[in-house]
Amino acid sequence: MQNKVITRMGDGARVEMSAEQVKEDIRVGTRDAADRGKIPELTPDELEALFEIFADTNRIVAVKPGAEVITTDDGAAMTPIADQADGGVALPMSYMQSVLTYERVCCADTAGVGHIDYSCKPVKPIVNYEKQKYYSLNQATTVPLIYGTQPNLGLYFQPDGAFPNPSELLPAGKISEARETQEAAAEQLRNDLVFVARNLYEVGCDGFNFDTAASAGDADFLAALEAIRELKKIAPNMAIELGMSSEFVLGLHGEITFDGARLAGMYPHDQVKMAEAVGADIFGPAVNVKAAKSTPWNLARAVTFVKETVKVAGIPVHPNVGMGVCGLPMYESTPIDCTTRAAKALVEIGKADGL
Amino acid sequence: MQLTQRMKITEAKEYVARKLGINVIELTDEEVMHQVRQDLDIATLPMIADGASGIVAKSRIAELLDIELNSVNLFKSKLEFTK
Repeated sequence: MQNKVITRMGDGARVEMSAEQVKEDIRVGTRDAADRGKIPELTPDELEALFEIFADTNRIVAVKPGAEVITTDDGAAMTPIADQADGGVALPMSYMQSVLTYERVCCADTAGVGHIDYSCKPVKPIVNYEKQKYYSLNQATTVPLIYGTQPNLGLYFQPDGAFPNPSELLPAGKISEARETQEAAAEQLRNDLVFVARNLYEVGCDGFNFDTAASAGDADFLAALEAIRELKKIAPNMAIELGMSSEFVLGLHGEITFDGARLAGMYPHDQVKMAEAVGADIFGPAVNVKAAKSTPWNLARAVTFVKETVKVAGIPVHPNVGMGVCGLPMYESTPIDCTTRAAKALVEIGKADGL
Repeated sequence: MQLTQRMKITEAKEYVARKLGINVIELTDEEVMHQVRQDLDIATLPMIADGASGIVAKSRIAELLDIELNSVNLFKSKLEFTK
């Protein structure tokens, strides 16, 4: 074993650390996750296994043959035609060509598509165009085609939306008004999510991804959970994936409950129980990354949360492993040494069912 | 199997391998799976000119794995000329 380990900081900058520094960051990282989530730390054997993944001197690492998992994504089939914000490469090709390239050149397990904006609200007025697009794509693809959209409750507040903005009401001390407007907006979002997904179901949609859920806090999460429960009744043959926006449900409302459980403050191992209860088929936890901490620290946290989430889950768990979540640096061109180490650790130690 | 049956990865792999008549480790063996996919006509990479792909391959996969797919149900309903 070499004493020096080349890894990266949470912002992507390459850094050389001693073996002891890496081990210490891993120990502190798992302890941080355990303290916050009130869950067990990684065991000594798991800590050692994680260290060995970082100590591997090869740039790219992988799981053993037979231990491979599948992937789902949030619109990755749009990557060939998408812009910088979505990690896209802006090729001048059609949507159909983009999806088939993703399926057949990148050999994807599933293909995620959606409106290029990807939020639910802009889809509603053009849902017929999305139905046409999905139907055509689904005739041509062999892999499961998953339509995704972000609930994104934030778009429902002024000036973008119709509802008074809680971010303006809260600083003014109008607590009850801030809560009321979030409840009203969440009801509208819930209805819109059901409307869009039900329309896609009519044209044979096989899978729907509620991506980046709870980005606007507990009311946002409530809307997604209620929509999924409703959709499982009216669209029973459409699989639903629920992907989160962060490790912790923000309590922007603070008092919202679902099936008797307070949503604010939930960590992934609690969130997955909500997802399971409403009928979601796959859950995607997102664990935050600190740019100023090392990748060993960030990945140890992610693996600790994911391991506990998989342990309590009755449904498959696909951790979100994109830029700035689940151990990957907050950088738009995620370094492959970190990408493969995160994937290997989350599968081999975290026991993830997919990514 | 994860999407339609909520199976965890180990159970899902075992189920698919059993249906295909191969071992779990062979599911990701390119040399084995290319031939399996060609024999069962469920889409291959590289593509074969007269091989199934798209919704036809999806329909064959659904039948092979004994699962119900929304897209396949819709496709089959459009083939029923009497309705």
